[in-house]
Amino acid sequence: MTNEDLLSKLKTIIEPYVQNQEGLQNLSENTNFIDDLEINSANLVDVILDVEDEFGIEIDNDGMDKMLTVKASIEVIQDKLASK
Amino acid sequence: MNRRVVITGLGVVAPNGMNISEFSTAIKNGSSGIRYIDELNKLNFSCQIAGKPKYSKDYLNNYFNNVQLKGLNASGLEYGVIAGLDAWKDAGLALVDKKEDPIWNAGVIFGTGILGVDKFREAIYKVDEGNVRRLGSTSVIQTMASGISAFLGGMIGCGNITTTNSSACSTGTEAILMAYERIVSGKAEIILAGSTSDSGPYVWGGFDSMRILPRKHNQNPTTASRPMSATASGFVPGSGAGALVIESLDNAIKRGAKIYAEILGGHANSGGQRNGGSMTAPNNIAVRECIEQAIINSGITANDIDVVNGHLTATTKDINEIENWCYALKRKGKDFPYINSLKSMVGHCLAASGSIESVATVLQLKDDFIFGNINCEDIHPQIEAIVDKEKIPVKTLSKILNIAAKASFGFGDVNACIIFKKYS
Repeated sequence: MTNEDLLSKLKTIIEPYVQNQEGLQNLSENTNFIDDLEINSANLVDVILDVEDEFGIEIDNDGMDKMLTVKASIEVIQDKLASK
Repeated sequence: MNRRVVITGLGVVAPNGMNISEFSTAIKNGSSGIRYIDELNKLNFSCQIAGKPKYSKDYLNNYFNNVQLKGLNASGLEYGVIAGLDAWKDAGLALVDKKEDPIWNAGVIFGTGILGVDKFREAIYKVDEGNVRRLGSTSVIQTMASGISAFLGGMIGCGNITTTNSSACSTGTEAILMAYERIVSGKAEIILAGSTSDSGPYVWGGFDSMRILPRKHNQNPTTASRPMSATASGFVPGSGAGALVIESLDNAIKRGAKIYAEILGGHANSGGQRNGGSMTAPNNIAVRECIEQAIINSGITANDIDVVNGHLTATTKDINEIENWCYALKRKGKDFPYINSLKSMVGHCLAASGSIESVATVLQLKDDFIFGNINCEDIHPQIEAIVDKEKIPVKTLSKILNIAAKASFGFGDVNACIIFKKYS
């Protein structure tokens, strides 16, 4: 899967949790979920569970800890997809 | 002189009405909300009927945002939020913008017995499968008892006390009383008070097992709930939520709010599970004391009471309750006030019963009517021996009313009684 495809899927997943719509419009690799999108920190775990469902992968605790930005998330997802 | 306290908003989610307008019409017409629930049949319940609010999932979009709706599986939370936000809106109050300060003098006291049992069941399955990591963020907030006050307080933006009380079937009446006391003491100006109760087999099952639910009405649901009747055979389980915006009179006048009724006072106590009281039965002395103290606390006399909305669940304890009212009010026969039980139409909504029934009581005062007790054509002879038949109307009466008493009693031998008055 290309990074572009992945980004578009990720955007759909995070959309309902986003409280800063401007941040979503300017979504880039450097976007931080909490700082730029104002996603409630308690909802980060829900984002990760939705990612697992969407891509059919399981993300371990270390992976979860890393998934705070779009870039890091794409890396973790690509990594898990590759080892599937 | 105590600060005067009034009711400025109402909301309800009941088995026979999803809002105040539907509910008001239903109770005037004697419309039952009890129906057959196939799920209870499949699960081998003896009692396969219940009072359950009816609405489509789409309806929730009016109250919850997309994130809140994700994984929402807590019926009591749904009922409570709908009733609570409706009451808030009915009072002419707004939700605080996310960027603003909360309303420091407005709070929430919204009770429940247990919250989100279906969500909890989901969580238990995942945990037992060793899959705790998949619970997500929704498990805790939908199953903590105070989830209901937390959701409402956050949606509105309340900055005063935001809590959930719990005292079994007296929960709703107790919540209103706690709100009243908070305002009388000057610690708040507005409290959204009420209570909610989940629906479903996991809530009702224990009562079915205790054999205190009717077993012979599964084919005729609407005649099953028979408070004060000679043929009463147990309470029909119910669910829903009631909500009342309780406010200081000063604040209500200041903002030009409409006023439904005044709360004169009330009392809550316990029989301590002594003198015949137990986990499941009331200490009669405590029940009488609760009613008497509520009257004293309200600065009225027992003779001022026009109508009583009883707890009256449709078990043999109804006789006991009527005897206690007679004793506490020192009134009987033709001198007894009018009395009714909403449970004839909606069943016993457990933790939600006190608030839903208080909403009905306040509507009676506001619109000058006494709703009829359905399924009570055959008054129990022991009740008819002490209260004149005309005081237990089976059809709705038009009556100018001034003062109404509402009481609820709960497992744990706990009691609560409130005195409402028409506002003037």
